[in-house]
Amino acid sequence: MAATQTAPTKSPLTFQEVLFRLQNFWAERGCILQQPYDVEVGAGTMAPETFLRVLGPKPYRVGYAQPSRRPADGRYGENPNRLFRHTQFQLILKPPPVNVQELYLKSLEAIGIDLSKHDLKFEEDNWEGPTVGAWGVGWQVMMDGMEITQFTYFQQCGGLDLDPICAELTYGLERLTAFLQDVDSVYDVVWSRDPETGAVVTYGDVRLPEELQYSVYNFEEADVARLWEHFNSYEAEAHGLIARGNALLADEGAAPKEKKRFPLISTYELALKCSNLFNVLDARGAISVTERVGMIGRIRNLAVGVAKIYAGMQLLVASS
Amino acid sequence: MADFLLEIGLDEIPARMIAQAEAELGRRVTDLLTRERLLAEGGKVTTYSTPRRLAVVVEGVLEAQQDQQEQLTGPSWKVAFKDGAPTPAAEAFAKKAGLAVTALEKVVNAKGEYVGATVTRKGRSASELLAAELPKEVLGLYWAKNMYWRAGKPERFVRPVRWVVALLGSSVVSVEIAGIAAGNTTRGHRILHGEAPVVLPSVKSYAEALRSAFVVVDVAERRQTIRKALDKATRTVAGACWREDEPLVETVTHLTEWPTVILGNFEPEYLVLPEEVLVTVMRDHQKYFAVEGADGKLLPHFLAVLNIQVDEEGYATIRHGNQKVLRARFKDARFFWDFDQKVFLADRVASLKNVTFQQQLGSYLSKTIDNDEVVKRLISAVKAAGVTCDEAALLKATELAKTDLTTELVKEFTELQGIIGGLYAKAQGLSEAVAEAIYWQYKPASTEDSIPPTVEGQLFGLADRIVTIGQMFSIAMAPTGSKDPFALRRAANSIVKILAESGLPLTLGQVIDAYGRGREEDLQKVSAFLQERLNFYLKDVRGFSYDVVNAVLAAGADDVRDTIARAEALTAVRGSEDFAAISAAFKRIKNILKQAEEKGYAKSAAAGAELAAEAKALADASVTLAPKFAALREAHNYGEALALIATLRPTVDAFFDKVMVLDPDEKLRGAHLGIIDEVLSRFSTIADFSEIVTS
Repeated sequence: MAATQTAPTKSPLTFQEVLFRLQNFWAERGCILQQPYDVEVGAGTMAPETFLRVLGPKPYRVGYAQPSRRPADGRYGENPNRLFRHTQFQLILKPPPVNVQELYLKSLEAIGIDLSKHDLKFEEDNWEGPTVGAWGVGWQVMMDGMEITQFTYFQQCGGLDLDPICAELTYGLERLTAFLQDVDSVYDVVWSRDPETGAVVTYGDVRLPEELQYSVYNFEEADVARLWEHFNSYEAEAHGLIARGNALLADEGAAPKEKKRFPLISTYELALKCSNLFNVLDARGAISVTERVGMIGRIRNLAVGVAKIYAGMQLLVASS
Repeated sequence: MADFLLEIGLDEIPARMIAQAEAELGRRVTDLLTRERLLAEGGKVTTYSTPRRLAVVVEGVLEAQQDQQEQLTGPSWKVAFKDGAPTPAAEAFAKKAGLAVTALEKVVNAKGEYVGATVTRKGRSASELLAAELPKEVLGLYWAKNMYWRAGKPERFVRPVRWVVALLGSSVVSVEIAGIAAGNTTRGHRILHGEAPVVLPSVKSYAEALRSAFVVVDVAERRQTIRKALDKATRTVAGACWREDEPLVETVTHLTEWPTVILGNFEPEYLVLPEEVLVTVMRDHQKYFAVEGADGKLLPHFLAVLNIQVDEEGYATIRHGNQKVLRARFKDARFFWDFDQKVFLADRVASLKNVTFQQQLGSYLSKTIDNDEVVKRLISAVKAAGVTCDEAALLKATELAKTDLTTELVKEFTELQGIIGGLYAKAQGLSEAVAEAIYWQYKPASTEDSIPPTVEGQLFGLADRIVTIGQMFSIAMAPTGSKDPFALRRAANSIVKILAESGLPLTLGQVIDAYGRGREEDLQKVSAFLQERLNFYLKDVRGFSYDVVNAVLAAGADDVRDTIARAEALTAVRGSEDFAAISAAFKRIKNILKQAEEKGYAKSAAAGAELAAEAKALADASVTLAPKFAALREAHNYGEALALIATLRPTVDAFFDKVMVLDPDEKLRGAHLGIIDEVLSRFSTIADFSEIVTS
């Protein structure tokens, strides 16, 4: 009697392997790979590799992992599914290739998902980012009832219409890996496995203490008065720069060389600082619903101001 | 004659938009073929759709339009022919018509003799016309939300167009839509079939070719498949059945190309959560069907509709994944439920000041205070009419109604506001009357929905909505055209519906009086707005014809239930011959009175005038019937009241037959005018019959 042969079950990819595979997959399809942006952001969309690069006519393809901060979502490390800081793998394809959905499906296969054994649906979900004046139409991609990717055809950013548009794919790496590894808690996700000893380091080993500490800060310790001071100060500096940028661009006497020196990226970073401070203030319960709308408007003004100057500078580059 | 197939292939279309778009595409293609005389007698149009495609099949398209004869008229015969010889004018006309001069004819019309020509317009071929017209029709489809995708933004559509099939018989119609040239290949199921093109040899093979590529293209068939699969999966649980949910069936039908169903389970411990919460998580967040036992209570199972067919191992994996997601969501919900209980609703009232109702109007705390005032006035109004209600419970419910907006569970499941408040009220030991008034406060959510079942709930519903409408009008936020961001029309519809379907002795005017503040001009606008919604309710919800509605509203639009009773009575009699004659006569009376007013003719008393017998008869009948009619009207016996009016017909007919109303004699004329004016005012209190359209 022949013994039943069972193939040794291959262990699912680790957290970092999922990232490697996605990076490889998209690099092989012409994307440049960026490193995570080094200013606090709430989502990969806010990193300049997305926010600025999607503006203007120049084609661009980029992928990067982006640690994303959502102060209000912190749960002191006690909720198995919610995190203060999660990691997005963010992808921008500008313009989108006609087979962008098929490529996306292949990227899932690249991380070890056998699509013929799962239920996959593209369900309408139209992303909107009011603080950065951005919106698009698209889907949440559902696998076996769980959202694994946000897929958006970006239509507008910084209040400007995009032409060409781009496709934005945002993979939630923690969720995706928890799904692949079939664990109930994100903290049980295997981050890495030592190839020699097989010893594993989990997501909890790496991140649990900081999740706790961030929650304590955001919900209990953050000094509201100082946060407002920081906010107002960053905002004022940003407005000053935006005014200078606008004047410089409008100045017909100024040489293109002079105009290109305008520190747009730093202006944008000031806007990002404001956005993060707003999120902390919000988590701290310091912003009433009424104030909220006004605050979103203030940040949006900065983002729109930056986007306009960037578009003007792109024209400058194009014409020189 | 040939069959025609048009299929537009797209990235996944939002499920909520598909049915309407499929129907519109069918309509547009049918209209196009009809307009262009290309649809054969008895031609049949069938539409299909899946998340990735919209399609139309037409059986019976003519190959070309029939040639048409057209009659052209040229210059006058005299100008065109001098002494029988054609002039340059005749030659120019013949050239324009493409005929020899000898083929010109003489046509005679009212204006005289002219040169005419009969020309034959060659019919265009179906393929040529379709190629020219289809892009406009397809790109003209309405979508609730559009996008650009091609550089230079040449067109907007719901999602990018990826392929187009346009087949007339077995040949491809050479048409390009959104930059995609039509062909004869479609695509199958993303996973089960893969990317290989599916060749369509003919129009007839469309549905079958797709079926072999794992796409059921017929919506009705998919819906049926899903229903059967739901039944089958549920049978594995003894005594269980799935909870009927038609909108959800529609959604999943439009989310799948090859549907199958799995039954999943969850831990029975989650059944301690209120059913409303469990069902919302399953239905709204996961698109799962709930499963119930014979007693109607939820069982710890759910049904998920998949867009794939897999082996047993695959189903096990998918079931496992779905169960895991649901468990995590239930766990969150239970956490919020327990967490929220730590602060009672009563202790949340003050924090309503941090929840904005509307920026200019303030917080939900001030809204609560305003609601309270209006509720108190409504209580006095109904008490005066002898209706009893649990006053204390209603006031408590009013105070707590909005507090659930501060709970985590409502922040997570906004669609459950009100309901969550009611559940918490009950869990926190408040009386059934309080809990129910809070629970049902957003009912009716639409004109199809039912009204709150308790008097307290109904009164609160009226107060909450009239305060919202009144305050929004006071800051110029009244709805205009298609803009109604605060859903004030829905709020007003609900007021009308509650008044129409509850036994509450309240009129629209009393509801507005209970709100009772603000500028007079705004209140008048509110009043007009509510009457407009009453008009809508009578026509669109109750189905009364527009002239009946206009007639009864002209005789009073304050008491909603009374208006309905009058409309019913009028609808019952309007078809009778006598009544049609009465309606015509009232219209005539109105016209005459208007004429008289324009000419400055005065009315006078009938006494002392030398009236004709018919005029006297009408005056007498009017006087005799008036008190009887008034009594019947008072008793809301509208059927008999209207029958009574119908008896006036012979008298009225004879009057108009024999009497010249606007008699040259001033005294007679004045008397006649007086008589008909009295008839009009006495008998128009149920409806203004002159509004009734008579053939």
